[in-house]
Amino acid sequence: MYDFDYYKPASVAEAARLLAAGDSKLLAGGMSLIPSLKMRLNRYSALVDLGAVLDIKGIRRDGNFLVIGAMTPHAVVAASAEVRKILPAIASLAEGIGDPLVRNRGTMGGSMANADPAADYPSAILGLGATVVTHLRQIAGDDFFKGVFETALQAGEIIKEVHFPIPQKAAYTKYRQPASRFALVGVFVSKSADGVRVAVTGAAPSVFRFTAAEAALAKRFDPAALDGITIKPDDLNSDIHASAEYRAHCVVEITRRAVLAAQ
Amino acid sequence: MSGTHKVSMTVNGKTVTGNVEGRTLLVQFLREHLQLTGTHVGCDTSQCGCCTVHLNGNGVKSCAVLALACEDANVVTIEGLANGDKLHPMQEAFREHHGLQCGYCTPGMIMSAVDMVNRNGFELDEKTVRKHLEGNICRCTGYHNIVLAVQAGAAAMKNS
Ligand SMILES: Cc1cc2nc3c(=O)[nH]c(=O)nc-3n(C[C@H](O)[C@H](O)[C@H](O)COP(=O)(O)OP(=O)(O)OC[C@H]3O[C@@H](n4cnc5c(N)ncnc54)[C@H](O)[C@@H]3O)c2cc1C
Ligand code: FES
Ligand code: FES
Repeated sequence: MYDFDYYKPASVAEAARLLAAGDSKLLAGGMSLIPSLKMRLNRYSALVDLGAVLDIKGIRRDGNFLVIGAMTPHAVVAASAEVRKILPAIASLAEGIGDPLVRNRGTMGGSMANADPAADYPSAILGLGATVVTHLRQIAGDDFFKGVFETALQAGEIIKEVHFPIPQKAAYTKYRQPASRFALVGVFVSKSADGVRVAVTGAAPSVFRFTAAEAALAKRFDPAALDGITIKPDDLNSDIHASAEYRAHCVVEITRRAVLAAQ
Repeated sequence: MSGTHKVSMTVNGKTVTGNVEGRTLLVQFLREHLQLTGTHVGCDTSQCGCCTVHLNGNGVKSCAVLALACEDANVVTIEGLANGDKLHPMQEAFREHHGLQCGYCTPGMIMSAVDMVNRNGFELDEKTVRKHLEGNICRCTGYHNIVLAVQAGAAAMKNS
């Protein structure tokens, strides 16, 4: 790693001020950032650690929304009685991230900001139509992810929390790449008064909505509604773990299983 | 910019201080500054769990945590488990059940196992143990005896 200065502010406002100066980068759990710094992929003059910003850590219910603070570790979300009760799909998603040691440190906000194409949390943003609240504005979930490791966040913009609408039914089903435990294909489905959402992670350069499946499931929220629905492999990822054709098959099959789990 | 900065934390019950760079990892601070070399570095890419320590009561991979981020924190390493010459029940169980061969992964396995007991209690079924050890890789044993050792160690911790 190249060396850098280190700051640990106690508030979002102070963190924003520190980020504005020089070429600084936010640090949350460090589970993605530190390994990338070790590879010297990037160089920053300073890291601004959010570890002491306590008001963006925690879970609460706000009307029909589950609100998760950016600095909430995956392990805390997975173990939360509140999350298990009102949005169990999010608890099981968090429970399936990496391994226990990663879950103790890695955070929801870090995962969203990182926008790894195979990460789990991004599928919950699109799959529920969540809203990302930063220190500057609110960003609609559908506008948040822009591409491989790319989001709508501006330089120096800090995610404070994410508001997940509480659906009638939801489930997240992941087919894990067994070595990394990231999603080979992961599907988040939800059904609410606003309709059905199906979000797919791991299969393409960025998380996306599987609109053909949404239309079919809106008519009938049942795995059988997906009979005859396919997805073209053309825009899907192909790598040593799985070809695009295989992923296309998995997308439909994992959607079917997610719908079954959400019944 | 950069240079060294003072850091102070509690390690195995003792307050320690040192001068580290921004980029100094917790595992480097433990091994190179404090000479606590029981915490190993296997992969340095956050995969293997050899470097597992407890940070404020949670198992973490110390190769992916900055030393400066641990200011005022409470850290426990493998050296902090035994009581003088008396091994911790989890250490004793690894010896008794032959839960190691080369021993390289063992400190991390044991720290992870104790974290598991703290979270899941003293009675652990095989599935729970295997699932909780997903972040700890062993290249020798095939895990069978590690699982037995963790289950026995957990039970022994209940009575200690
Ligand atoms: C062995 C291993 C296995 C893993 N397996 C999985 C898996 O199965 N599924 C999965 O989804 N993930 C997995 N991960 C990634 C893990 O979930 C990370 O915790 C997560 O991607 C990043 O969160 P972090 O808190 O560690 O962020 P960091 O690494 O600290 O930061 C990541 C990025 O987000 C930015 N950032 C952090 N917080 C904010 C904020 N509040 N506002 C704006 N920007 C911010 C940082 O500047 C940085 O660019 C794995 C990681 C490891 C090491
Ligand atoms: S050395 Fe830290 S996980 Fe391998
Ligand atoms: S005993 Fe050799 S790596 Fe586990």
